[in-house]
Amino acid sequence: MATQNTKTLARLMMAPSVLLLLIWMIVPLAMTLWFSFQNYNLLNPANVSFAGLFNYQFFYTDPAFFQSIWNTLAIVVGVLLITVVGGIAIALLLDQPIFGQGIVRILVISPFFVMPPVAALIWKNMIMHPGYGVLADIAKFFGFRPIDWFAQYPLFSIVVIVAWQWLPFATLILLTALQSLDSEQKEAAEMDGANFVNRFIYLTLPHLARAITVVILIQTIFLLGVYAEILVTTNGGPGYASTNLAFLIYRTALLGYDVGGASAGGIIAVILANIVAIFLMRAVGRNLDR
Amino acid sequence: MGSITLKNVSKVFGEAKVIPSIDLDITDGEFVVFVGPSGCGKSTLLRLIAGLEDVSGGNILIDGKDVTAAAPAERGLAMVFQSYALYPHMSVRNNIAFPLKMAKADKAVIDKKVADAARVLNLTDYLERRPSQLSGGQRQRVAIGRAIVREPSAFLFDEPLSNLDAALRGTMRLEISDLHHQLKTTMVYVTHDQVEAMTMADKIVVLNRGNIEQVGSPLDLYRNPRNLFVAGFIGSPRMNFIEGTYAQSKGARTAGIRPEHLGLSKDSGVWTGTVKVAEHLGADTFLHLDVDGIGQITARCDGEFGAQYGDRVHLTPDETKLHRFDDKGIALKA
Amino acid sequence: MARAVTTRHKITATVFAWLVALLIFFPILYTLITSIKTEPEAIAGFSLIPSGTFENYITVQTQRDYLKPFMNSVIISVGSTILALIIAIPAAWAMAFSPTRRTKDILMWMLSTKMMPAVAVLVPIYLMFRDFGLLDSRIGLTVMLMLINLPIVVWMLYTYFREIPGEILEAARMDGAGLWQEIVYVLTPMAVPGIASTLLLNIILAWNESFWTIRLTTTNAAPLTAFIASFSSPQGLFWAKLSAASTMAIAPILILGWFSQKQLVRGLTFGAVK
Repeated sequence: MATQNTKTLARLMMAPSVLLLLIWMIVPLAMTLWFSFQNYNLLNPANVSFAGLFNYQFFYTDPAFFQSIWNTLAIVVGVLLITVVGGIAIALLLDQPIFGQGIVRILVISPFFVMPPVAALIWKNMIMHPGYGVLADIAKFFGFRPIDWFAQYPLFSIVVIVAWQWLPFATLILLTALQSLDSEQKEAAEMDGANFVNRFIYLTLPHLARAITVVILIQTIFLLGVYAEILVTTNGGPGYASTNLAFLIYRTALLGYDVGGASAGGIIAVILANIVAIFLMRAVGRNLDR
Repeated sequence: MGSITLKNVSKVFGEAKVIPSIDLDITDGEFVVFVGPSGCGKSTLLRLIAGLEDVSGGNILIDGKDVTAAAPAERGLAMVFQSYALYPHMSVRNNIAFPLKMAKADKAVIDKKVADAARVLNLTDYLERRPSQLSGGQRQRVAIGRAIVREPSAFLFDEPLSNLDAALRGTMRLEISDLHHQLKTTMVYVTHDQVEAMTMADKIVVLNRGNIEQVGSPLDLYRNPRNLFVAGFIGSPRMNFIEGTYAQSKGARTAGIRPEHLGLSKDSGVWTGTVKVAEHLGADTFLHLDVDGIGQITARCDGEFGAQYGDRVHLTPDETKLHRFDDKGIALKA
Repeated sequence: MARAVTTRHKITATVFAWLVALLIFFPILYTLITSIKTEPEAIAGFSLIPSGTFENYITVQTQRDYLKPFMNSVIISVGSTILALIIAIPAAWAMAFSPTRRTKDILMWMLSTKMMPAVAVLVPIYLMFRDFGLLDSRIGLTVMLMLINLPIVVWMLYTYFREIPGEILEAARMDGAGLWQEIVYVLTPMAVPGIASTLLLNIILAWNESFWTIRLTTTNAAPLTAFIASFSSPQGLFWAKLSAASTMAIAPILILGWFSQKQLVRGLTFGAVK
């Protein structure tokens, strides 16, 4: 029958995407799970044996593990806070009538298109370098001693860099959402005697709820896996002070050659991501239905 | 030729039986209107005829040939959609020519047919424009033009006027009726507006919850509604329904009297009521009354009658035009 | 009176907006300026006036062979995006025009694969790439980035396709168009703008992907991300040259990005914010 054919065809057309993603999701994950129960070191590949839960125990008892989880969450929460609050503020500002709006928008959005290694290098050398960075120049100008950001505040420095990259994204999305706010609603609220603060709390913020949800979801996906910024700037240090879970696993796997240990860490990362994902998908799924 | 026959046609979406079972004959050249409230299955029925949905059971015959399994294009029908469904990236000319190009017609034939259709529909000056540059009424005419050039055995219209404003709707109603007289092709027209149904149809099919309530000519439905649903749906303002002692005295559960079949007087009458709202339309006035011992009644009277809020007036129902319904809402024979 | 207040308001807002914008843009601007300074100038303290030399650009090309990672970036990002489009267009088309009850679940599931942390599969992917000889190969990286961005490509196309009214496709079917003609004459012309935005955005995402591109390459297939990351080692520490290399790495995509900022919002929010 006519539309029955369409349905079969539709399935065929979806098949490549679905199958590829299914394989992409299942095969490596199954391998990671398998390796996580093995003694497997790349320096000694002939000698692979069953390890039980040893890898997990090892990873769990490693003091770097809890620090890396804490660092991971600190990066996610810190960046989200800065980008959402800052994004709303800047979006409100750009929503005003201003001269040269187009150019301002272009300037504000630009950091989003800068690749992570470049962003990290710019901040490390041009801005935050204790000898030649702009911040050091400013400190010297006022007669202070320059701060060695990456040695003294490594995690904070990384949060700043990542927030700089994502602030434009949050701003642009929130600005787009702001501009879709019905101007008659604003006028009605003004007629009802609402001042700027009231209009923001009762009208603007609820209107932005959906956009904020989306910003949080998408940024979280990327922020859980911050990697290049750490690699280029602090390399996880000093010690483990700026090592997040992603970086710890990379260290274990490709610097420690410990396949089993890294895999156990990978599985833990998946579980962590899933816990976050469940909350987020629920919120977003509901929000996207509207 | 364009006769359409539905035999036991049914449609199920998942759990929902949208159309339990329908039998219907549409003869060649007829203008048939499917009318009913939203969700009654009228659009689904049209899409089943078009072949855009598969039937769940039963058969569809066009000119005696079973087309139940045929693709939409093979059925030789043309459809005008509610949103007009014009191709936004094509000029008006290419929109109208599209079905001919699909049929691999000669260029000369295409040009001639497009020009003819454009002339009939007053679109000649707009042939090179894009749909987005046209008004609602013009878009509607392009959609009709695209249907005409196919020379289909029947036209299908899916609520084509619902996106137009009231004035334009009136004009387009006349244009479509006129087109039907010129082409003498079968037309199946879906609407929720009983005015459109009454003014355009040769035959009205009243649908409710996927079932045919009644089939007949507009005046037939107006004079002899088979049940409460049809009686309430056809006619504007709506028929008054009266229950209680008055209905019982007429040997019915429910008595029905149309607003235009009530005689009004300031001096005397069978019933007496108070005017709650008077809607003055000019030629006519609709009075919404609270009638003693009867209840809420709408009456239609001459525009010169001059009743105001709060006035006491007298009414006399024309008993020859009284409708009577039994416990199940079925009309009782006079 | 009201008029005067509005103008003053506009001027105040303009001043603040430009301050914020320049502050945000400053690191990029300063890199740009430093890239046309000499090396001694670059470390001589804060200055916004360069001597205007292009020597650093020439040095980056002659000493570090900038063109090679640049071409790798182009091939990998464009290649992976086109590959993803070829696979995703039919899927998105089917989901947008013949949706079933499960369509939404499939879409959500696809999005959830993006949630899987890349590091979790670093080990098996690395080993597979090693065993298949794909390490440091453009083909391997292209396939990898295609898989990573496939969910986003499907989602973006789906949201664009969904806006094409289904009645138009039904009209084409009534007008006698077969499936192939429906695709060529009706669907494709209407879908091209959406496909173009998807292409643009995914090239940007692939260009900037900095986990797999760094980990799975060394020299031959290394794109600009890996090239730049290699500057973090001590011998790379020459401010002006580093700035020149950075500028060259981000300039193409920055310009592409400026043109696509409207679609960016739609695309990256999966149509949830327009």
